[in-house]
Amino acid sequence: MKHVVCRTSEEPCQECLVGFGAEKIREDFPILWTKVHGKPLVYLDNAATTQKPQAVLDTLMRYYTEENSNVHRGVHFLSQVATQSYESGRTRVRQFLNASHDREIIFTRGATEGINLVAQSYGRKHLRAGDEVIVSAMEHHSNIVPWQQAAAATGAQLRYLEVADDGTLSLEQLDAELARGDVALVALTHVSNVLGTINPVAEIVHRAHDAGALALIDGAQAVPQLEVDLTAIDADFYAWTGHKALGPTGVGVLHARAELLEQMPPFLSGGDMIATVEAQSSSWNELPWKFEAGTSMIAQVVGLGAAIDYLDALGMANIRAHEHALTAYTLERLSATDGVSLFGPPSAEHRGGVVSFALEGIHPHDVAELLSRSNVCIRASHHCAQPLMRRLGVVATARASFGPYNVAADVDALIEAIERAQEVFEG
Amino acid sequence: MDDLYRDFILEHYKRPRNFGELPEHDHDAHEVNPLCGDELGVQIVIADGRIADLRFQGHGCAISQAAASMASEELIGMEVDEAATLDAGWMLELLGIPVSATRRKCALLSLKVVRHALTGEGSWPGDPGN
Ligand SMILES: Cc1ncc(COP(=O)(O)O)c(C=O)c1O
Repeated sequence: MKHVVCRTSEEPCQECLVGFGAEKIREDFPILWTKVHGKPLVYLDNAATTQKPQAVLDTLMRYYTEENSNVHRGVHFLSQVATQSYESGRTRVRQFLNASHDREIIFTRGATEGINLVAQSYGRKHLRAGDEVIVSAMEHHSNIVPWQQAAAATGAQLRYLEVADDGTLSLEQLDAELARGDVALVALTHVSNVLGTINPVAEIVHRAHDAGALALIDGAQAVPQLEVDLTAIDADFYAWTGHKALGPTGVGVLHARAELLEQMPPFLSGGDMIATVEAQSSSWNELPWKFEAGTSMIAQVVGLGAAIDYLDALGMANIRAHEHALTAYTLERLSATDGVSLFGPPSAEHRGGVVSFALEGIHPHDVAELLSRSNVCIRASHHCAQPLMRRLGVVATARASFGPYNVAADVDALIEAIERAQEVFEG
Repeated sequence: MDDLYRDFILEHYKRPRNFGELPEHDHDAHEVNPLCGDELGVQIVIADGRIADLRFQGHGCAISQAAASMASEELIGMEVDEAATLDAGWMLELLGIPVSATRRKCALLSLKVVRHALTGEGSWPGDPGN
């Protein structure tokens, strides 16, 4: 049988022949060596968070054992080393995503905080009654709720792009909304965490700009699996999160245009983000530090740099090719399994490594519980996308999602576990 | 044979007892399981200090549906005062399966909604003595 996706180390896929090798990559992730009930762990919950390679763990350990210190303003040796490591993490992020300037890169706690920063700082200052903010029905709650709050505070309106049956957004509807002339900002996800849909974000940003609107893109699911070129996408704001991209928890990135950041009031305030503090007022530090109040997540930024090095060494194009093949294989296997229905784009072409499905007569929670008996870790939930669940007419879906270390054998284990779950319920 | 998905659990899940509507009722309430977004409603008719009739509405996982179905059989005919003070231990014992910490809310949702209907207060049933 010919495969296009890694099966085992004896049967590598085409990508492996060019040096990728998911089966070998597994060796770099200690948690994947874990056995539960004597059997290996099948980790298919990567859209929630990815596992961490040894290189990231070693970097965190090295940082704390050799460099730990507070950054900026420290004159002593350790502080200089830590500051250097922290700031070179910023440069590494810029190179990785082809962004323009370090000063346009703000470290946050995650995608959620990045979007909140924009909604609160930009939104509350610049949105006006009668302005529209366009989101979509496939957004994660983190790209809905902050806009609801900003709308409530300013009198702006929140409007939703619909999701078609094939899991795509309609650019015609976007154009129609933009043509109304009152759209201040378009805030959309790059890749859906439920449907896997890859949205044409460069085109969306282009259309928003033509209509005089700003664009924010939620890249939480895109950065881990696509070649993301921020210069090409040209969004005013692009937020993502480190822990879904092999990095530590507690660190994310907000990319934002400097002219906008200059006009925006600080989000959090306190230490580090000031130039001078008088008794009654203060002036702000320069970018990007104006938006990094308090002690930063130094170790996590350094760890994120190691995660980026790891991803870069694999090559994002290889990762995309591998996950694409894995997704196509999963869609094929699930379509051929009785009692399974699928959500999202029918082909793997415009879909990231995320597959949501339902089993007839079995609640997603029971699916996840029964799959866990076979050591298969999937997620069953509304995936923080309740408006999308309503659109799909369900309360929750079961979701399998991939990382670079997944192989076809993981998908086979998923299918077997699904068949076993069906037997229990038929029993 | 699966520990959790025992025959009687699946039987109650597939054919839940006392699900439907009671248009004329004395009490009702509606609750959501924050874990999964599952919703469950209840309508209750009282006569002579007892639950004379009760119906649940909604759908959910096997654990929550079976728990509601099994509880309904016990609750109909029970004194209101007793029903209002039932605790988590009662429900878990009635279910008779090992419920993990993550599925506890699935098992207790029906009791929570009944409590809410009877007392106007919908906190999660705690352990005995809680
Ligand atoms: C599409 C999308 N946006 C935003 C987020 C939020 O990321 P975080 O929780 O790391 O802030 C997630 C992750 O759950 C996501 O999948």
